[in-house]
Amino acid sequence: MVGWRNPRSRERLISRTARVVNRLLFYFFLGIFIFFCLAPFYWLFVTSLKSNSTLFVNPPLLFPNPIYTRNYVTAFEGRPFARNIFNSFVVAGLSTAFNLAVGSLCAYALARLRFKGKQIILTIVLAVSMFPGIAVVAPLYLWLSNLHLINTQPALILPYVTFSLPLCIWILTAFFQELPAELEEAAKVDGATPMQAFLRIIVPLAAPGVFTCAILVFIYAWNEFLFARTFMSRETSYTVTVALQMFQGMGEELLPWGQITAASVIVTLPLVILVLVFQQRIISGLTAGAVKG
Amino acid sequence: MNTTQARLFSRVRSIWPIRVSLSAEERLAYLFVLPAGLVIASIAFFPLLRAFWLSLHDIDLRYPAQGQPFVGIGNYISLLANPRLHNALAVTSAFALVTVSVELVLGMIVALIMNQEFRGRGAVRAALLVPWALTTVVSARMWEWIYNAQYGIFNAILKGLSVIDSYRAWTADAQFSFWAACLADIWKTTPFMALLLLAGLQVIPRDLYESAMVDGANAWQRFWSITLPLLKPTVLVALLFRTLDAARVFDLLFILTGGGPGYSTESLSILTYRILFTNLNFGMGSAMAVIVFLYVMLISFFFIKVLGTKAGRAI
Repeated sequence: MVGWRNPRSRERLISRTARVVNRLLFYFFLGIFIFFCLAPFYWLFVTSLKSNSTLFVNPPLLFPNPIYTRNYVTAFEGRPFARNIFNSFVVAGLSTAFNLAVGSLCAYALARLRFKGKQIILTIVLAVSMFPGIAVVAPLYLWLSNLHLINTQPALILPYVTFSLPLCIWILTAFFQELPAELEEAAKVDGATPMQAFLRIIVPLAAPGVFTCAILVFIYAWNEFLFARTFMSRETSYTVTVALQMFQGMGEELLPWGQITAASVIVTLPLVILVLVFQQRIISGLTAGAVKG
Repeated sequence: MNTTQARLFSRVRSIWPIRVSLSAEERLAYLFVLPAGLVIASIAFFPLLRAFWLSLHDIDLRYPAQGQPFVGIGNYISLLANPRLHNALAVTSAFALVTVSVELVLGMIVALIMNQEFRGRGAVRAALLVPWALTTVVSARMWEWIYNAQYGIFNAILKGLSVIDSYRAWTADAQFSFWAACLADIWKTTPFMALLLLAGLQVIPRDLYESAMVDGANAWQRFWSITLPLLKPTVLVALLFRTLDAARVFDLLFILTGGGPGYSTESLSILTYRILFTNLNFGMGSAMAVIVFLYVMLISFFFIKVLGTKAGRAI
């Protein structure tokens, strides 16, 4: 109260109040945004823990009471969902491996070798990153069915490798460029061929960049839907995205939302773990194309 | 080799655009680029040409006996006269415009908030990545449940707030389905937009702001005269890639609304998919695919040539 008599300290009090209000507003907006991000996800998880008797009630229960875990078992019953998860792991894993093999070679040439036509290759890579998948789905479908590859894993691996190549080439080119130029020189002095220099020196040093690529390509392949839906028509060949879209009840009138959300949580969990563990790498990989450095 | 031959040979070599002998480095480079080139050529560019070729024919897989007669641009003519194409163009463009502009504004606000130092910033950034990593199919099914006409939480919340007096079928009512889809997309991609913009904000030198503060510029002036101009390249790249994503939208609309009710949320990709795999009309569908390709390329051309977006600056 003493402060009010002194105009100076009154000013100071006002500016401090303004700072506190500012801070409160800041946390308020931040809180709203985090809520906006996570609330639907919370709802997905909560729904997966409800039985039909607590699920189809009005108004909806904000907490599952009692907690019902059977959905995580019944989601696998009467449909090859376990097989679908396995398919997704195989397709995404192999896509990632082939992508890295092809993409890292190309990125190395672009970043550290002198040759003609670099600009053309960069333009082509950029064009592929803008390609609408739907534009090539019909010719690929005809081609794959002629080769009897419909419902097989190569049918998905081929387009996944192709359409995630730009991402991988971008990230790795930027990464290779940052390695010191003397590396290959030193290798040459030691009598290594350019190929040996690439395999023995550059690749191990670029491991963090390669790893970032691997995560991003895996997530892309795991999440892809259009090609998977088109090229996989047998239930046992579905990947998780198609399986989830096709999730139907077993003669029930209502969709089995408990099972659908449980399956969704299972499908999402590997990604959320990847993201939370490697968030720093993922962010730097994602923003590599948008921001220099 | 006699002298005439030798002279001829050296002349050919001098006018030949590519040097006949490659250095070891060049040979290695072409060898390294070759696999990527082969993959892209055979799975992206060759099928695109094939789609164009198919689009010039009448191919109906339901009637293989009728053959595949050449019809020239007949498929394009009948598509361009079809109101369903006009509708899909309008839906797709509106979807791109609405979602990308809202995402830009919201993403900018979040990025500016996140660009300040505060406790728990890392955790918040991790939270931002969750919607991005979530499979679009999962997100679409999740929103389908949230919008559910009888048991959906969206209805319960709006009714609780007295915004609506009775439950609505958000995804089955032509009045709302488009906006319901927009909201689901905005939820999923605003955080990604925020992360891109945040990365751009973080490379703006701090001392620029400090000297502006010394000159007495207020926060708003600092935003307009420092942040926005320096962030422009990042904003353009983010806008380009988000707009392309929205222009190609398939998964979300296909699952959440099925393009319906009626054709009210039928995007270009969904229309193409239907002509191809529901009607099994591969001639018409391929013409549609070519139109989608041109539509997407037009957007990139606009961003790169007209707005001067430097996509792929990382290289």
